[in-house]
Amino acid sequence: MSDEFKVEIVNPEKSFLIKDDVSEVVVPAFEGEMGILKDHISIISFLKPGIIKILSKSGDENYYVEDGIVEFKNNNLSILTSTIFNLSDMDKSKQQDLLKQAEEEANKTDINDQSKYLADQKVEVLKTLN
Amino acid sequence: MASLDDLKKRIASVKSTQKITKAMKMVAAAKLRRAQESAEKGRPYSEKMNNVILNLSNGISDKENAPKLLSGTGQEKTYLCVVMTSDRGLCGGFNSNIIKKAKSYFAKILDEGKELKIITVGSKGNDQLKRVYGDKILENISFKESKNANYFDADKVGKMVIEKFEAGEFDVCTIFYNQFKNVITQIPQSQQIIPLNNEGEENSSEESYEFEPDEDEILSNLLPKNISTQIFKAMLENSASEQGSRMSAMDNATRNAGEMVDKLTIEYNRSRQAAITKELIEIISGAESL
Repeated sequence: MSDEFKVEIVNPEKSFLIKDDVSEVVVPAFEGEMGILKDHISIISFLKPGIIKILSKSGDENYYVEDGIVEFKNNNLSILTSTIFNLSDMDKSKQQDLLKQAEEEANKTDINDQSKYLADQKVEVLKTLN
Repeated sequence: MASLDDLKKRIASVKSTQKITKAMKMVAAAKLRRAQESAEKGRPYSEKMNNVILNLSNGISDKENAPKLLSGTGQEKTYLCVVMTSDRGLCGGFNSNIIKKAKSYFAKILDEGKELKIITVGSKGNDQLKRVYGDKILENISFKESKNANYFDADKVGKMVIEKFEAGEFDVCTIFYNQFKNVITQIPQSQQIIPLNNEGEENSSEESYEFEPDEDEILSNLLPKNISTQIFKAMLENSASEQGSRMSAMDNATRNAGEMVDKLTIEYNRSRQAAITKELIEIISGAESL
């Protein structure tokens, strides 16, 4: 029996990625990283800034996301996100840009705790990439 | 009867107008293909988003304390209407259709004695509405600089709507846009986005979800995003409709110009012939009298 399932990543502009030979996906869920395997219980959760790891036969892929929602149901994983980058396409300058933006946001004083937390997360994740 | 010279000038001018409308049609057709593509590509996102919200709102345990974006403020006194039009003209009935739809809705609201507030997206809608409803327009947003509809712009509108909602400025929000059916048909649509209207759509699957964190928290995070998504969807549909509408309008204009050129050419030829005949008669009768 195969232990593969389907993953679909969509952003507002287009269907970003569809893969149906995925064995495991690790998503940065709001309350900590979450690994999803086949026959996981149906779940809805949302994402914080972090790295999505997709493990499949045809190779592993890593994506950087800033926000999003994951829905897993009947061995279909849908990830809705507005900001997503493939790490292998992302060069150093792009990373630096994002990092700078995130740092600026994190240093603002007039934001509420939640956005502050998210901005800090962004900075942290981006720093580990460099 | 117009002189030969006048006719000639008219023909030349109609022909050059025809050239312009023809070029505009071509441009619209090329843009339409792109806009249609991105409208189609954008659909999965909003559909998925709707699904998730549907599942969530069905699973929500405490309906009384549901987020206000979902259940409304409990009263329906102030209505906010977001009217989405284009920034450019020459696209047939595109803008007028939306405005007509919106105006009849406005009239209904005002008849019921409720308060009306308007946000216009796109300058053409603002131009048409500000004469009658000028004092009701809170804001006019236009995205002249952005070539294609993008999510960033939609998010800006969405955030503004939510801000106003949280400040208690309105109770119900409706967006107006044209839905793209095909090149010749665009259907003006009104869609209520706050409170969310999910009537008639029952969830088919009985399966229950696990939520992490709990439903309420996800919902309150998701609903603002959904507003932006719906607005983005409307923008995509709108831009496809605009190009479609412009294409058929320009096609018609080109055809009409062609017909006009034909008519004018016949008239030109006829009066040329008449002038020749007249001259011949003069010559012949002059020769006969000798």
